Amino acid sequence: MSFSPYVPIVALFVLGALFALFSVSIAPIVGPKRYNRAKLDAYECGIEPTPQPVGGGRFPVKFYLTAMLFIVFDIETIFLYPWAVSFDALGLFGLVEMVLFIGTVFIAYAYVWRRGGLNWD
Amino acid sequence: MTGADVLLLALGAVAVGSGALVVLTDHLVRAGLYLVVCLGAVAGLYLVLAAELVAWVQVLIYVGAVVVLLLFAVMLTRAPIGRSEDLNRPAWPAAIIGGGAGVGLAVLLADAYRWVEVAQGPPGTAELIGEAVFRTWVLPFEVLSILLLSALVGAIVVSRGQR
Amino acid sequence: MDPTLQTFENDVWWIALIKVLGVFVLLLLLTLFTINYERKVVARMAVRPGPNQVGPKGWLQSLTDGLKLPFKEEIIPRTADKVIYFIAPVISATCAFTAFAVIPFGPVVSIFGQQTALQVTDVPVSVLVVLACSSLGIYGVVLAGWASGSTYPLLGGLRSSAQMISYEVAMGLSIVAVFMMSGSMSTSEIVAAQGDGREVSLFGLDFTAPGWYAVLLAPSFVIYAISAVGETNRAPFDLPEAESELVGGFHTEYSSFKFALFFLAEYINMITVSALCTTLFLGGWHATWPITLWSGANTGWWPMLWFLAKVLLCLFVFIWLRATLPRMRYDQFMRFGWKVLIPVNLVWILLLATVRVLQTSDLEAQTRFTLIGAAVLVVVLVAVLWPSGKKAAPAPSLAEQIAARPQGSFPLPPLDLQVPPSPRVARQVAERQPADVSSDRSEV
Repeated sequence: MSFSPYVPIVALFVLGALFALFSVSIAPIVGPKRYNRAKLDAYECGIEPTPQPVGGGRFPVKFYLTAMLFIVFDIETIFLYPWAVSFDALGLFGLVEMVLFIGTVFIAYAYVWRRGGLNWD
Repeated sequence: MTGADVLLLALGAVAVGSGALVVLTDHLVRAGLYLVVCLGAVAGLYLVLAAELVAWVQVLIYVGAVVVLLLFAVMLTRAPIGRSEDLNRPAWPAAIIGGGAGVGLAVLLADAYRWVEVAQGPPGTAELIGEAVFRTWVLPFEVLSILLLSALVGAIVVSRGQR
Repeated sequence: MDPTLQTFENDVWWIALIKVLGVFVLLLLLTLFTINYERKVVARMAVRPGPNQVGPKGWLQSLTDGLKLPFKEEIIPRTADKVIYFIAPVISATCAFTAFAVIPFGPVVSIFGQQTALQVTDVPVSVLVVLACSSLGIYGVVLAGWASGSTYPLLGGLRSSAQMISYEVAMGLSIVAVFMMSGSMSTSEIVAAQGDGREVSLFGLDFTAPGWYAVLLAPSFVIYAISAVGETNRAPFDLPEAESELVGGFHTEYSSFKFALFFLAEYINMITVSALCTTLFLGGWHATWPITLWSGANTGWWPMLWFLAKVLLCLFVFIWLRATLPRMRYDQFMRFGWKVLIPVNLVWILLLATVRVLQTSDLEAQTRFTLIGAAVLVVVLVAVLWPSGKKAAPAPSLAEQIAARPQGSFPLPPLDLQVPPSPRVARQVAERQPADVSSDRSEV
């Protein structure tokens, strides 16, 4: 009998998930409970916790830019994978294609670099 | 019905259900999580249809990158813990449009294919996709680099502002 | 015998189940071992004994720690989003476990009379499965930070996820060269492609150089090793849990077994990147030269030993780095990832592709020279047009800064302060150089 090679991957996933779920659910049951109001406050090095600003606070826009850069380069990487696997079949033609592709993205990359998009300040 | 059919139906139900939850929930960050489930179920659909590479690319790009960007964007502006009351407004126009479009598409597709058996293509391995993209569809591939270029430039202009 | 993709489709269901359970147990044991291993190695490097009380030579320390944790009180902060707070460690641990399903441990062996490969399963795109699992692991981190409803975890989670996605790109790019050389994305085929080494004669000694991609694709290997450390948030890139800045990072508010799950996930991720490194660059389960003189080295269950030895070697490097290097600053770290690793990687891939085209295809001499010329031209152009950014204006000198101060500023303390030598230092200097009362001095 044969089955899809993905079945064991799913099996390991389910096993890991069951183990994790079981252990996070068992801990509150077997652990002690000693209520103390101060324990339930957010931890801030022993000082009085500062109230969260309305809306949960805001993050620097840098993180957004990093995620955007990540998407672009992730897509580029994903295209490199099938290209690399079938590179021997594609030969010179494939090389020229990829040089053009990477070259175009590299222009954008150089622009981002010049505008300071890669500086974390 | 074969096992693959059952899987397709189940994954489709998960995708539709979590997609509905994305728009129905009042919790901003949880909406993002339902989107992860929805996109993951679509990746599962690809996998059942033997499009392996596309399925994992879906996980890597959409689940692993695009939704992370969405979460960052949500946290950038506001990510309150708990319900957002302003999301809870009457949604019947959106429901009519969304439901109408969904039912219309379903009717259209069902009518177009009826019960025609479509033979499944060869498995979507990396070699096949590589051959297809880098031999047959070269121009779209190169145009895509322009898209990525404009995305990067746009991100910089939006986040850094005009100088 | 090398396994093929067909081998995995022919597995009987109970064999597959045994292998899944085996990997699961192996991962738990390896994690317990690695925690102890790390503590002991770091202790030796710091000239301390390390854990030596629980069990033989202290080797049961991490097990007892793990068993202790569920019996500790679980504290959920009042401000937390309970559901997501609960799910986040589960996501982290589950993704960490799943990635190991496609790691090859050895060749085809016989288990209870069934021929099967020592690998849970393999698919044509199995390296992507590992990458996808590690990219899903980001959710555990960012959600744990957000759901805690506290400031430090939030900052830690965000930092951590930005760091992971930055180094994931470098890691993904470093693997491209391996795909190009092996022509496959399946882990078992990549291992098989590294199987046969070349005969090398050096100083009259004949030996087989390993066909490892770590040798053939050294730049990719170095980039992979660096980005693996960044991806797993380990020292010197352990910025998410920089104790001096962020307390504990994204898991500050976690206690009891939820904390243990994050800990488990971190160590499994470390083992996974080490195992992937072994698979992609260090020849997988194939034995290396002196061992291959014994003809049975690559058969039966022995390869699992070579594989585990290589993984432990990689883990040792992780620990060694932690014991040796100070933590990097966040801006340095991000700059290194985006401005060095990624462009170097892209240029290296194109160079490798050019070399490969020159090697494999039979081009005319003219095309060949045009190609080499174009490659050189591209490299020169990139070097010339390298975006160096604007030079920062030189910082004004101290005197200029003082002169630029507006009228009525605070008085400045004297800036030419001479610190008198401390009496202790003076005494030590005197002890080290005892007053010389010999004859030649006394004459002076």
